[in-house]
Amino acid sequence: MYVLVCGGGKVGFYLAQELLNANHEVLVIERDPGRAGQIAEELSSNIIEGDSCEATTLDLAGVARADLICAVTGDDEDNLVICEIARRRGVVRTIARINNPKNEALFKKRGIETTISATQAVLAQIEQELPTHEIIPLLQLHSGLELIEIRIPDTSPVVGRSVREVLLPAESMISLVVDPGGVPRMPSGDTRLNAGDALVLVTRKESLPMLREILIGSTHGLDT
Amino acid sequence: MNVIIMGCGRVGSRVAGMLDAAGHQVTVLDTNPAQFRRLPESFRGRREIGNGMDGPALEKIGIEQADAFMAVTQGDNRNYFASQMAREVYHVKRVICRIYDPVREQIFHELGLETFSPTSIGAQIMFDMLLGQQEAK
Repeated sequence: MYVLVCGGGKVGFYLAQELLNANHEVLVIERDPGRAGQIAEELSSNIIEGDSCEATTLDLAGVARADLICAVTGDDEDNLVICEIARRRGVVRTIARINNPKNEALFKKRGIETTISATQAVLAQIEQELPTHEIIPLLQLHSGLELIEIRIPDTSPVVGRSVREVLLPAESMISLVVDPGGVPRMPSGDTRLNAGDALVLVTRKESLPMLREILIGSTHGLDT
Repeated sequence: MNVIIMGCGRVGSRVAGMLDAAGHQVTVLDTNPAQFRRLPESFRGRREIGNGMDGPALEKIGIEQADAFMAVTQGDNRNYFASQMAREVYHVKRVICRIYDPVREQIFHELGLETFSPTSIGAQIMFDMLLGQQEAK
């Protein structure tokens, strides 16, 4: 496969190296002469110096016979332009690197379906790893007290129990229970806690790990 | 007309002043507020600091209500990117885009944008001036 790699930054360089190792024909296009020289030494001259956004550079690189073009510069606008020009020159497969995840919509609208966003990838990983039932800090009160919100998951050990039965750490109390329908209640000792309830609590920062264990149960995700 | 102009350089500020004087509602967008000094003193339009390639920034200045969008920053690719965003994402009716590189201008024009290249236009004018003068002699 003949692959054009536009942009010789870290992404472009390592990509080219991997592709070469996999016995593909690769050409890197890099605008900066210094960087291009560096890559020429390391990749035994599978590189040309030039602006990949210019049709003439792409033509020089043999864009017409390329099987795939990877636009991996650090600028989303350049990557879009590279893909657009390459497609006009007959390249069917284009892969674009996107830095601002919000730009993905525009690439899709322009018919560039394969986009890679490092920001998006990291975000997705964070969302996956974050426990879904987080403790949300609401307000710092004076004298070290804090107002927090906790949503009771299905798996919580307190589901079905009354407030009285739940032993909380010192100086912690449930001040409000909001049911999944959004209706708030001032809890009494007899108030039953259900899955999906959001609890607003006053507590101390140092009690947070204990609160999490009591109200959410065994921790999973980042803490494990 | 409600017009957004991205880039307050010589051309951007000038066309902004012209449209404003003609009674249109003009918003000028530039990442560098120092550029607004180029606008004529009489300019009544809005001066907004921001990046025209950023969707949320465009929404904040009311791209959804704009009748026209003009991209005149120094970067051809930036102009193209922002213009396509205005057209494809925000469905602005008229999008005018300056592209210095004549080759790229041709391609972007074929991709459906209203483009112009000051390079081609300037070269043509110089050519005509020179040859016109010779022929007059």
